[in-house]
Amino acid sequence: MSDRLVIQSVTKFFGSAQNPVRAVDDLSLNVRENEFFTLLGPSGCGKTTLLRLIAGLESCDTGKILLDGVDIAGLPANKRPVNTVFQSYALFPHMTVADNIGFGMSMQGKDAKDIEKATADALALMRMENFGARYPSELSGGQQQRVALARALVNRPKILLLDESLSALDYKLRKDMQIELKRLQRETEITFIFVTHDQEEALSMSDRIAVMERGRIGQLGTPQEIYHRPVSRYVADFIGICNFVAAPSLGLSESGHIGFRPEDATLLIREGQQPDVAGPIVHGKLDALSYHGAVTYYQVTLDSGETVTVADHEKLPVGVDARVRVALLPDMLIRCAS
Amino acid sequence: MKANPKNMPGFGLVTWLGLAFLYLPIFAVIAFSFNSGRLVTVWEGFSFEWYPRALGNHDLQRATMNSLIVAVGATFIGTVIALAAALALHGGGVPKPVKTASYTMMALPLLVPEIVIAVTTMAFFAAINLRLGLINVLIAHIVFCIPFAYAPIRARIATIPKSMSEAAKDLYADEWQAFRHVTLPLLTPGIFSGALLAFITSLDDFIITLMVAPPGASTLPVEIYSKVKRGITPEINAAASMLLAFSIFIVLLSYIINRKKVI
Repeated sequence: MSDRLVIQSVTKFFGSAQNPVRAVDDLSLNVRENEFFTLLGPSGCGKTTLLRLIAGLESCDTGKILLDGVDIAGLPANKRPVNTVFQSYALFPHMTVADNIGFGMSMQGKDAKDIEKATADALALMRMENFGARYPSELSGGQQQRVALARALVNRPKILLLDESLSALDYKLRKDMQIELKRLQRETEITFIFVTHDQEEALSMSDRIAVMERGRIGQLGTPQEIYHRPVSRYVADFIGICNFVAAPSLGLSESGHIGFRPEDATLLIREGQQPDVAGPIVHGKLDALSYHGAVTYYQVTLDSGETVTVADHEKLPVGVDARVRVALLPDMLIRCAS
Repeated sequence: MKANPKNMPGFGLVTWLGLAFLYLPIFAVIAFSFNSGRLVTVWEGFSFEWYPRALGNHDLQRATMNSLIVAVGATFIGTVIALAAALALHGGGVPKPVKTASYTMMALPLLVPEIVIAVTTMAFFAAINLRLGLINVLIAHIVFCIPFAYAPIRARIATIPKSMSEAAKDLYADEWQAFRHVTLPLLTPGIFSGALLAFITSLDDFIITLMVAPPGASTLPVEIYSKVKRGITPEINAAASMLLAFSIFIVLLSYIINRKKVI
């Protein structure tokens, strides 16, 4: 697959000339055609700034932004074939839903008949055929979200940018919209760049993820690579829960820290009990457990004094303060730079 | 203990006396505009006759015309200037000291005693030998109309999220289209509200107009004043009552229009 977007050594400063802050710091990445690409990171990591640089709402101080091989870094937002779904949706309150959706095409001077047809199609794609004459204030949050999507997608942009677009929705609606977004991306075959701070959302939706850290890319890879082979402790900690213990505590003859996910360890509660797969086993004391339905988390303080979390599908017959052992899956140990 | 006015004996009474002192004269003027006799202190019976008389009075007609010309002109020009100022000062492009200086300069007509502005404007017009009749009055009115038009527009601009014009530009609108199709429609209630306030301020102005208006260019308040000097008649009461009703109507309209929220 060829690259749709290539970002080359882009830097963006904010703040004053005396005290500049690098919001995006010499960052390079590529986004492929028809890809669901996610920029993931905590607030202040520069992911929204990067998105705004791609949209043309900010201008970069150095570097190139190549869209299908053409540098668009110097173009204003209205000249870029890229559309954005804003975090607050930014629907125009004085226009009907249909006029909102048709706005982009009408600004491009498209024929009124074409606009009408495309707007109807976009409403159908969102399953909102009967909402064209309504005003944004008459819609629920989820409906507003879908109108914002339709307003951007109707222009058939080369890239659709989504800025924390699901964060304003409640849990259930967010889950539905995640599936909806994936469906839309499949059906429209448009490249999506999605900004989020929600690692679960990123893992479930993305073809590839760029984990951002202080204006740079911490790691770029598929969700599986990011989750199972994080390159740094920062990435491992940001994605899901990751235990880190000193290698000697696990009886390993190496230096540094070893990481493992809660589900890659088994809690042994009986004397002489053997794990299914042989690997490092450490002794400790059960501190706390929390039941989450499908999974139960056990917090164990190892004899070395380090605290780890182990996940099991079952609620094991064990109480707090019991002596336990933690068995690790040897293939799933994470060795990365701290 | 927190001081609650309700617990203070006599506080309510003083309030009511104060309100009566302020508003009873106005009610008296309105009441006596319906008096059938010529006297404004002795009630002789109910009559509408002073209203047609006031409306038919040539001096009052001419003064009303002057008032409307000045008010409409000053409102239009003052509101356009206020809108331009509000748009320019809202963006991030203006350094803070310049902003502060601009706010202060614009608000000056509200802070400086009106008589000072009246005298200085009169002296200024005399010094540059400006004798354009009603245009003199118009120029003076534009200056003090700007801050009244500016306040509601600025308040309105502050409620419009930056993402609105960004979304417009993201959707292929250039600067002008984004302003024309998104920012301006969202600002409209503020512009109307500001224009109405400017209009009513111009229409009701007395001191500045009295000083700068050359003969033949007097507005309705000035004309009413000069007639009062020759003795109050129910005709004047009728004219004043109509001006009052019109003013209240405009102010209410301004309030109602700007109450509508952006989102």
